[in-house]
Amino acid sequence: MTQQTEWKKYPPHDRPHSDVEDIKRRSEYLRGSLVETLRDPITGSIPEDDNRLMKHHGSYMQDDRDLRNERAKSKLEPAYQFMLRVRASGGVVTPEQWLMMDRISHKYGNETIRLTTRQSFQLHGVLKWNLKNTIKEVNDALLSTLAACGDVNRNVMCNPNPYQSEIHTEVYAWADKISRHLDPRTRAYHEIWLDEEKIVDSRDNEEQEPIYGPVYLPRKFKIGIAVPPSNDVDVFSQDLGLIAIVDEKGRLAGFNVTVGGGMGMSHGDNKTYPQLGKLIGFVTPEQSIDLAEKIVTIQRDYGDRAVRKHARFKYTIDDRGLDWLVTELHERLGWELQPAREFGFDHNGDRYGWVKGSNGKWHLTLFIQNGRIADFEDYPLMTGLREIAKVHDGDFRLTANQNLIIGNVSSQKKRKVDALIKQYNLTDGAHYSALRRSSMACVALPTCGLAMAESERYLPGLIDKIEPMLEEAGLRGKEIVIRMTGCPNGCARPMLAEIAFIGKGPGKYNMYLGGAHDGSRLNKLYKENIGEEEILSSLQPIVNRYAKERLDGEHFGDFAVRAAYVEAVHDGRRFHA
Amino acid sequence: MELNVTNSPFNEQQSELLNRLLPTLNGHQRVWLGGYLAAQSAAAGVQAPAAQTGSAPSPESAAPLAQAAPAKPKEATVLFGSQTGNGSGLAKKLAKRLEELQVKTEVLSMSDFKPANLKKIENLLIVVSTHGEGDPPDNAIAFHEFLYSKRAPKLEQLQYSVLALGDTSYEFFCQTGKDFDSRLAELGASRLADRVDCDVDFDESAGEWMKTVAEALSAAPAAAASAADAAAPLSADPDSEYSRSNPFRAEVLENLNLNGRGSARETRHLELSLEGSGLRYEPGDSLGVYPENHPRLVDEIIAEMNWNPDEIVPTGKNASAALREALHRYYEITVLTKPLLEQAAKLTGSEALTKLVAPESADELRAYVGEHDLLDLIRDYGLQGRTAAEVTGILRKIPARLYSIASSPNATPDEVHLTVRAVRYANRGRDRYGVCSVQMAERLEPGEHLPVFVQHNPNFKLPANPDTPIIMIGPGTGVAPFRSFIAEREETGANGKSWLFYGDQHFSTDFLYQTEWQRWLKDGALTKMDVAFSRDTDQKVYVQHRMLEKSQELYEWIDGGAAVYVCGDEKQMAHDVHATLETIIAQGGGLSPEQASEYLLRMQQEKRYQRDVY
Repeated sequence: MTQQTEWKKYPPHDRPHSDVEDIKRRSEYLRGSLVETLRDPITGSIPEDDNRLMKHHGSYMQDDRDLRNERAKSKLEPAYQFMLRVRASGGVVTPEQWLMMDRISHKYGNETIRLTTRQSFQLHGVLKWNLKNTIKEVNDALLSTLAACGDVNRNVMCNPNPYQSEIHTEVYAWADKISRHLDPRTRAYHEIWLDEEKIVDSRDNEEQEPIYGPVYLPRKFKIGIAVPPSNDVDVFSQDLGLIAIVDEKGRLAGFNVTVGGGMGMSHGDNKTYPQLGKLIGFVTPEQSIDLAEKIVTIQRDYGDRAVRKHARFKYTIDDRGLDWLVTELHERLGWELQPAREFGFDHNGDRYGWVKGSNGKWHLTLFIQNGRIADFEDYPLMTGLREIAKVHDGDFRLTANQNLIIGNVSSQKKRKVDALIKQYNLTDGAHYSALRRSSMACVALPTCGLAMAESERYLPGLIDKIEPMLEEAGLRGKEIVIRMTGCPNGCARPMLAEIAFIGKGPGKYNMYLGGAHDGSRLNKLYKENIGEEEILSSLQPIVNRYAKERLDGEHFGDFAVRAAYVEAVHDGRRFHA
Repeated sequence: MELNVTNSPFNEQQSELLNRLLPTLNGHQRVWLGGYLAAQSAAAGVQAPAAQTGSAPSPESAAPLAQAAPAKPKEATVLFGSQTGNGSGLAKKLAKRLEELQVKTEVLSMSDFKPANLKKIENLLIVVSTHGEGDPPDNAIAFHEFLYSKRAPKLEQLQYSVLALGDTSYEFFCQTGKDFDSRLAELGASRLADRVDCDVDFDESAGEWMKTVAEALSAAPAAAASAADAAAPLSADPDSEYSRSNPFRAEVLENLNLNGRGSARETRHLELSLEGSGLRYEPGDSLGVYPENHPRLVDEIIAEMNWNPDEIVPTGKNASAALREALHRYYEITVLTKPLLEQAAKLTGSEALTKLVAPESADELRAYVGEHDLLDLIRDYGLQGRTAAEVTGILRKIPARLYSIASSPNATPDEVHLTVRAVRYANRGRDRYGVCSVQMAERLEPGEHLPVFVQHNPNFKLPANPDTPIIMIGPGTGVAPFRSFIAEREETGANGKSWLFYGDQHFSTDFLYQTEWQRWLKDGALTKMDVAFSRDTDQKVYVQHRMLEKSQELYEWIDGGAAVYVCGDEKQMAHDVHATLETIIAQGGGLSPEQASEYLLRMQQEKRYQRDVY
């Protein structure tokens, strides 16, 4: 009991902290027994305690759920494998780094790469025995998996806006600085994966992990920076959102600050809900790092460590009030935020095709269905991108919508890149419906342990069936944000979509309508636990009415609210109401 | 008629004995004796002259009669050497028979026999099998070595006979039996009866040999009743009517693939019901299974030969069946043997085939026999045109396949489990397969039945002491008996430590019984486990490499009295593991290679090192 009291400096004081808190506390800064359990040759798995710690190292254990039953029958353990998340702040990587990802996905993974909704890479299917080599190769290429998951600040998202190159470069630099500032400092990662010798660490707790301390945060923490008019990063879904404000001379003036956004909820538990970030002011670029640190420490000290479902920053704020937060923040900063400045978003999707940036370089945004880079039958996407990476001298940018920008192509190289695009039949998606280009699905089955229903493997097929409906209604070119996830944790940010499906069970989804096209309003449950047939029959009349009755420029989500299919939700606490 | 030296070929003493005996015989006894003497003359052949001059009694001489009331009872020693239970089963059966004939008989494993005693005994009967490339089985190695060493004594006082067990599909058929037979003769011993070489279906020829030996040794002519049970079931369970010659039709309860999707392997896990059979087994025993040939191959042969599938052909002494049925269930058509080729050469008069079976073509013969089946033989050497009766007349009966049992009778009563790898490959454009394994993989559903019998194996048994630590080395399907061992030790609450070395190609798909080992490790029924997956890494890693990595600890276990078990492939694995054990013992004990080798041999003799290899 005495050792527990030491960590009882964090609330709540009247209830026991969750088991994960105990695991972190005992882990000696994320070491746990990983070295031993990774070596255990009898199983491809690691114990649950170590898996909790693994997340902080950027990986977690999954298994191929398609094979679970047949393997159990064959007296084989589940096909355990590890998802490895490789982060690059703002989602920008060099061609060499792209080639490294391509290489290790073939060598150790399932020969595909998944671009995530947080501008990271995911490899799937890495076996336990290959984790160390994989992580080593990632680090050799100057990328990292550290803190890509876990109870820490995750990859800092940043708009990869190819239109305003100078602004992007500057915003990206701040994203990177914030990200580095919030990196965990533990040497465990280097010891376990990179063969760094373990030295007896005489530093005391504050020195070892000055921002996080020995038990890290109560839950994951997400930061994203948007550059208006694009809200591609869904800034209102972030625990800490920054909105770039450009002054009249076109230079970066600073950031508006939003706090307490977040997607995750649990089915059947109305105390959990998605929430929109709330605007609390403005900071200069230089102040942003201090701001981020203090916000993180507030969440560290006040987040709920008893109930993980209630541990995100959004609940900390909703429980204590926004005023409390601002007061606490000002106190910790020693200075006050400026009033928020004017800004406006008009969309949260990507703009496809070639554009010329203000730096004279060219940028090509490719549509990547659900972020999956693979060689598909009749569509050698992965090979094409590899060939481009071999000649490309600019960069690759992962968008928040799981798409890919071949960035900073010089005029001389543009012809060459174009030739490869044609040769490999790569596409900006222009021939797809606007609905498909605005679609996003999480990974779900077969690898994600949380999935209750299909997502990545199902949404494209569902869209096939919705498209004729739109075609008939003359809406083929209309951008409607449609998103699907296999569970309510919200990886594809479905609660912000105009049409959303969240898995309830095999083939069954909750259907949500009414999100704003610019990501500034939550959607709301329209139909519960329905299958494909009912999805289509429910959508048909709404699409038809939208085609006929929509106002000039009115988006589908706005129409759904105006036509009273659902109520508008501006505060997550009304999401279930 | 009163016999004397002038009116008979008998000397005075013989005449007197006969004159005393003959008047006492009733009609039935006279007829029997007449037939007996006629049969003996035919069987003993060339040995007759020797018998008349030498001291050794021959069946033809009247010696047995003369010794009808000897002062000292006859004694015989039966030694067996075999990897499975066949040898010891036959040896015990012979002993029982000799005891019935008042011959005092001792039965011993060759590894339990002190070679120094060879000089002291008069009658030696040997039952020995042959392994791999003509090698002696484990428990015969030391005795075999001794006889061929300089220390082997002159054995002029000794009479002997050898029963050799083997398989004609192997090149060095019955080689170890032949070795013993010729070596004992070289050492001056004389044959009590000629050696008999048995193929896999040994019941009949072994019975004949026993009959001959018994008669040669017995104080009185063997009773007709004894001759009748010559082919009686061997090593039968006292409480079961089922045996090798009368297999039990066991119901298939479960038949599943143990390999995961994407594996190059297919390993069947079979669960069979023994309910109502009375069959008993112990961990380490094997199950014999009579397979059926693939209907496709049967049909191809019939079509190639243009035979009538309904023609009735003989299947054994007093049985017959329709041709298709006979080829499907009775005759071996997938494995070629040298005797088959020799007879086919005679049948066809093919020069090429005659050349192939000639001694100078041994290499070609080995290659041909190893890779071809009856259909190839028909096509390659022009058997077309021969009648079904001619061809089936030279085929051997389909032999039972033996599988190490993978279950514990205590843990799963009335059930027996097998672990069988499906053997498949292609040759000359046709799919080839292991007869039994592919039947199990493709044509055996739960609810169907398999003819089975229990083959006891006294040479692969858990230590009598449940506290004795065990080290088990069983890659691939060699792991089967160890599943039985651990299940048994768990069920019986044995306290001895256990250590399993397992290996195969890939961790993800080829880790046989993975979840069971994991549970046993967690529960403590299995103490340690090391695995080697050869295709998961750049360099191929096998069980012996894992053993070397744990060299020191392994030596400590062995030195502390652990029993070592090896099961699986003989050619590569068992050989490499044996060499590795020598290395480990040499390193750990600071011994020379020779000393380490002797150490292992001693372990073998003490039954602390047992192998079930194939």
